[in-house]
Amino acid sequence: MSAEPIKFYQVGSFAVGNRLLDITERSAQSDPSRPNSINSGHRACQGCGEALGARYALDAAMRATAGDMVAVNATGCLEVFSTPYPETSWQIPWLHSLFGNAPAVATGVAAAMKVKGRETRVVGQAGDGGTVDIGMGALSGMFERNDDVLFICYDNEAYMNTGVQRSGATPPAARTATTQAVGDHPGNVFGQGKDLPRIAMAHEIPYVATATVANLRDLEAKVEKAMQMRGARYIHVLVPCPLGWGSASKDTILLARLAMESGLFPVFEAEYGEVTSVLPVRRRVPVTEYLRLQKRYAHLFHPEPDASTLERLQAMADRNFRRYDIQEVDV
Amino acid sequence: MDKPFAITLDVGSSLANKTGSWRTERPLYMNSLPPCNDACPAGENIQGWLYEAEEGRYQRAWQLIVADNPFPAIMGRVCYHPCQTACNRAQLDQPVGINSVERFLGDVALQEKWPLPMEAVESGKRVLVVGAGPSGLSAAYHLRRFGHSVVIRDAGPKSGGMMRFGIPSYRLPRDVLDAEIQRILDMGVELHLKSPVTDVLAAKEEGSFDAVFVAVGAQVGKRAYVPAGESAKILDAVTLLRDMEGEERPLLGRRVVVYGGGNTAMDAARTAKRLGAEEAIVVYRRTRDRMPAHDIEVEEALEEGVLIRWLSTIKSVDAGSMTVERMELDDTGFPQPTGEFEELAADSLVLALGQDTDLSLMQDVPGIEIADGVVQVDERMMTGVDGIFAGGDMVPSERTVTVAVGHGKQAARAVDGWLRGVAFEHAPRPQLATFDRLNTWYYTDAPKTVRPTLDAARRVSTFDEVKQGLDEQTAVYEARRCLSCGNCFGCDNCFGVCPDNAVLKLPRGSAEGDNGRDYAFDLDYCKGCGICVNECPSGAIVMIPEP
Ligand SMILES: Cc1cc2nc3c(=O)[nH]c(=O)nc-3n(C[C@H](O)[C@H](O)[C@H](O)COP(=O)(O)OP(=O)(O)OC[C@H]3O[C@@H](n4cnc5c(N)ncnc54)[C@H](O)[C@@H]3O)c2cc1C
Ligand SMILES: Cc1ncc(C[n+]2csc(CCOP(=O)(O)OP(=O)(O)O)c2C)c(N)n1
Ligand code: SF4
Ligand code: SF4
Ligand code: SF4
Ligand SMILES: [Mg+2]
Repeated sequence: MSAEPIKFYQVGSFAVGNRLLDITERSAQSDPSRPNSINSGHRACQGCGEALGARYALDAAMRATAGDMVAVNATGCLEVFSTPYPETSWQIPWLHSLFGNAPAVATGVAAAMKVKGRETRVVGQAGDGGTVDIGMGALSGMFERNDDVLFICYDNEAYMNTGVQRSGATPPAARTATTQAVGDHPGNVFGQGKDLPRIAMAHEIPYVATATVANLRDLEAKVEKAMQMRGARYIHVLVPCPLGWGSASKDTILLARLAMESGLFPVFEAEYGEVTSVLPVRRRVPVTEYLRLQKRYAHLFHPEPDASTLERLQAMADRNFRRYDIQEVDV
Repeated sequence: MDKPFAITLDVGSSLANKTGSWRTERPLYMNSLPPCNDACPAGENIQGWLYEAEEGRYQRAWQLIVADNPFPAIMGRVCYHPCQTACNRAQLDQPVGINSVERFLGDVALQEKWPLPMEAVESGKRVLVVGAGPSGLSAAYHLRRFGHSVVIRDAGPKSGGMMRFGIPSYRLPRDVLDAEIQRILDMGVELHLKSPVTDVLAAKEEGSFDAVFVAVGAQVGKRAYVPAGESAKILDAVTLLRDMEGEERPLLGRRVVVYGGGNTAMDAARTAKRLGAEEAIVVYRRTRDRMPAHDIEVEEALEEGVLIRWLSTIKSVDAGSMTVERMELDDTGFPQPTGEFEELAADSLVLALGQDTDLSLMQDVPGIEIADGVVQVDERMMTGVDGIFAGGDMVPSERTVTVAVGHGKQAARAVDGWLRGVAFEHAPRPQLATFDRLNTWYYTDAPKTVRPTLDAARRVSTFDEVKQGLDEQTAVYEARRCLSCGNCFGCDNCFGVCPDNAVLKLPRGSAEGDNGRDYAFDLDYCKGCGICVNECPSGAIVMIPEP
């Protein structure tokens, strides 16, 4: 765990704020004068996890850099819903170029800042499609060269902006527009896809971390830590998408939490290719509790439960518990 | 303005796009009633005062208690705390130790000599209170705060009613009792002791009172017919406990039998032990699970070496011994005689079979209705006679100090309304903040702090207090276990989790937000996703259809 959890103060460090804590110990999001890097009026869907995740991450980066930073954005929902010409939601310096080149542009911005002798820090960001598929070549190069960029992937597990097509980050069995729930093996296939945090680790870059919108303090601490480091850094944030997942807009944070507590989305940190900390789960749940709330998995439950597929998904979660040695704690 | 190539519009902010128009439902800050508050017979705002105590604002917390109940230090010792039975935290781990925190606050107040609030202007009305037990004192306190002048008349030599002449001092030290009563008298309440009222209408007339609140309790120990030899020593528990307050200690002998299964029986047996009895045996005709005494009282009695004979009745008493019959429960759970008898050596028998009322001061008043030995009152606590109110043990009730205090408060409000000619109205009760309305993910687990108990041996030999209070750190810690059911506690979750920044956080304590909160919804941008409602730990936000 990257943030030291606080015990016994009613909500510990699980809620956004905690009036019983000293102001310096509270989250960036609890600050009434937080930068709101992405402003109201953006056109994200009701309950969008990506809009929330981006504000969480960028506000933390703004705090860590005292506002001296620039964000480079790939094409995707985050870019489209925030900047319908001539409006912008960005209250930070922000740059968009193309779908597949955000890591390369970020590298270029960082190099330019260096040449100009400025301390301005660079954050690159993209959806999962922009990161694990079309942007992967540029990102791998950025990692290999150890360019001074924090790259953040907001993973909603498909190409949402163009109508929910499968990406390399779409989980097995999930229905998308291109992996329909038809045939003998409905939904996305097992055994494909890319685990980008582990690919990033294989580059042995200084810092790799995963996080979710369900644990703000952990996410903030990771961004803060990343901004204190130099070189290539990567954070992969799970951001549920009510539209693409077929979930209730109110359940966005709940789903991120269940992904974490079921073990389907392990939350950890790694430095130079080695795992250095793993977030324990507080209330372990079976994967069905997570899957059931999403229409993209409806075919696993109706007309009758698809026991063998559910078992395979549970086995994935169990494997994560083993692979990352996820602890169960009572706090 | 000169624009770059291919640019025709100025850069604008997305604030121009009022996404609030997407909404079909909207969030609303709404408090609901915490189960603890709902269960408190004195109507305390427990969640409210715990909230203050959590931050160490003890005086503010105490002031919130005494807004409803002038006896926090007494409550913290004798209240059977139905609030804790109802507490939502029990479903998570264990209930919040509300009662211990209340006692801590009550004790700090006595130490610091915080006065009771008294800011009302004199109304010129006079109210007579008959009986200086918890109910009468509570009524006097609240009436005084409404600005009425109050005279209390009590038959006894000291004030406090059963709090003094019933509850033993090892559970309620008399300095605590005296101090909390004195605080009420310091507000300008007049108390006349040894001043029995024999005719309530005459007393009203004589003192030209505008209204009367009667709370004479149920002070007469019930007698059961037990055939007894001439030299058999039989007394009732109420008399025994009352005599404890006198100069001379009652003489009971070495082996004492107490007949009954209520709290009074436990108090009598424990008192007998403390008076030097080698053996104190409680004889009760049913089984433990049917005993009316509270578990904790039974446990503490057993711990102190009190013996209990279940399923037994007393047939006859002689000097030095008595005959006991074994009973059996029938199918309906009623004890039936078996014809099996046994001799029990005993020097005295204490009857603890409940209390009756003595209503001679009003039983002949036309309009007063008495049924089952208690005076009937309406929801205002008013008897059948205009301007004569009654409460506490003498009306149908659970007969606890806290219920009596609650009656006193309710009656005072009704008397005040009646004197001012305002029609009585029940305050609307908000919806109950049930456990399923909370998002308990956010609360951290913590074990309940157990009050250190003096070890049993020390307890039996002295009249020292049995339960020790919490120290400050433990009290604050215990208060912080509260989940703040149904009421905002400033966790900032709604402010943080909104993907549209549509929750505004205003200066702490400013109450400038919606419904007196420090937060407000920005309906220009709220899309109505409901995340804030889902993620509010205390269930203090609801979703309503767009008006
Ligand atoms: C042994 C014992 C232990 C108890 N322990 C607990 C406990 O731990 N917790 C709890 O919540 N409850 C306890 N109770 C119950 C509680 O004490 C009573 O419910 C409560 O005191 C009732 O309050 P009251 O004001 O109605 O009457 P009382 O407390 O009985 O007071 C009535 C007052 O009226 C006065 N009076 C009577 N007649 C007249 C008259 N004609 N004129 C003027 N004055 C008169 C009396 O002198 C007395 O002072 C206990 C009771 C007993 C007997
Ligand atoms: C080269 C190129 N191909 C395709 C597109 C169309 N396109 C725009 S956004 C998008 C999907 C983005 O998916 P992802 O990166 O996962 O972001 P999300 O919208 O899910 O947040 C696609 C395919 C494009 N803009 N550029
Ligand atoms: S948790 Fe707090 S507010 Fe809820 S019932 Fe218990 S004491 Fe009352
Ligand atoms: S989420 Fe927290 S701050 Fe918002 S209403 Fe609920 S308790 Fe209050
Ligand atoms: S989280 Fe924001 S947008 Fe959603 S209902 Fe609450 S205030 Fe409205
Ligand atoms: Mg995506």
